[in-house]
Amino acid sequence: MLGYASSNVKGGGLALKLLCTPLSEGDVETLKAGDYVWLSGLIVVARDQAHARMLSLLDEGKPLPVNLKGLVVYHAGPIALREGESWRVLSIGPTTSSRFEKQAVNLAAKTGVKMLVGKGGLSPRSAEVLRKAKAVYCAYPGGVGVLPAKSIVEVVEVHWLDLGVPEALWILKVEKLGPLLVAIDLHGGDLYRDVASKVKSNLEKINDELGLNF
Amino acid sequence: MSLDRLEDLAYLLIKKSVTTLPDDVKLSLRKALSSEKSEVGRKQLETILLNIELAEAEELPLCQDTGLFSFYIDLDPRVYDPLKVKKVLVEALRRATIEIPLRPNAVHPLTRENSGDNVGLGIPYFEWTFNREGYLELTVAPKGAGSENMTKLAMLPPHAGLKGIIKFVVDSVVQAGGAPCPPTVLGVGVGGLAEEALKLAKQALLRPLSQPNPDPELRRLEALLLEKVNETGVGPMGLGGSVTALAVHVNYAHTHTASLPVALAFQCWATRRATLRVEGSP
Repeated sequence: MLGYASSNVKGGGLALKLLCTPLSEGDVETLKAGDYVWLSGLIVVARDQAHARMLSLLDEGKPLPVNLKGLVVYHAGPIALREGESWRVLSIGPTTSSRFEKQAVNLAAKTGVKMLVGKGGLSPRSAEVLRKAKAVYCAYPGGVGVLPAKSIVEVVEVHWLDLGVPEALWILKVEKLGPLLVAIDLHGGDLYRDVASKVKSNLEKINDELGLNF
Repeated sequence: MSLDRLEDLAYLLIKKSVTTLPDDVKLSLRKALSSEKSEVGRKQLETILLNIELAEAEELPLCQDTGLFSFYIDLDPRVYDPLKVKKVLVEALRRATIEIPLRPNAVHPLTRENSGDNVGLGIPYFEWTFNREGYLELTVAPKGAGSENMTKLAMLPPHAGLKGIIKFVVDSVVQAGGAPCPPTVLGVGVGGLAEEALKLAKQALLRPLSQPNPDPELRRLEALLLEKVNETGVGPMGLGGSVTALAVHVNYAHTHTASLPVALAFQCWATRRATLRVEGSP
């Protein structure tokens, strides 16, 4: 276990929260849409193909390379440099979660993953599946690759390099990875849903103003 | 200038294109931060700007998705042999993939097997123009899949007209939401044949944000589109806010009397492009 305790700090008028994996149900329970979180501990990096492989292993009743209970799955595919036996991650911003959102929330439901980190959010339907699995979704800005790479203390393991570097399964030890914006919480909060409803009414106004209702 | 030297220059240009952003794009992002009304939107932009600084200082790819590469080449064929230049650029890209490194992104579309070096059938993409002035100008433009996947083409009926174009652009931006990593640059190609409309849209992304459209009518259309796109409230990374796009650029070509093709290309905030010009014989 890393030497951090989960804690709350007040700063800049925002609630800043440092969390350590494995996350407990209590850790996740306290998070509210709009909070910012920093993470320390083990995280798992996976995208389209690693999700597909994990789910088919689970279907066959086979073990995964890592126990995901209480862990965080970061939707990303890194630029990584092999240095002898070990790896160094140079850039690792998030990828679009919606491409494989069904797999991502099913994985959480089946394994006890407590947090997904990605960009672009989930459909309301997938958000509900995630809530039932008692897990939250955090947003990290797309294209921001170097900042999160600096939070990586160690590439602990990499599996399934046959899928290619971006699609492999990476297990990383991180220290203060953030700021992660809690976007979908356990209590019905969903920033993406809120934005979508505002955008819908803005679009109606634009269409009325320009006579585009055809 | 030798072809070895051209390979070195192309390698350095590729490196510059993935580790830095053009000044006009950085300026536009800083302006976006000062005009953004949403606190969440401002925090996204602050993190984006911090990452740009870090990537530049450490010479690392600012976004892990170093994309697929397009090379735009304008050369004098009396001085430079296009076939040799093409070979040199492919080699520079292979070297960049290993040495910078870039993320190997090129896969077979059906087997999904990764070629490992960002080179494959039809990839990288080349566009050639020719001059009689003795120089070679090269622009490299890496483009990630987040924005590329949102690309759209509509073959509108001619009577849809200007309103049809505006509706297509605004609706598409709303549908894309946060996926193309807003604030985006939008390239709109109007007219031509279908593939010409798409090429025009992509070429529009290469225009510096500081450079106004020389055609006053298109300039007005661009301003109107930008205003309406930003009124949608999609905001930075689709998390809500007043800056959804940094700019809208429109290009056109003549088209068939029965057609109104409109293509929309999204470019993520990481509007990566770099250009060099060399004079003299290889």
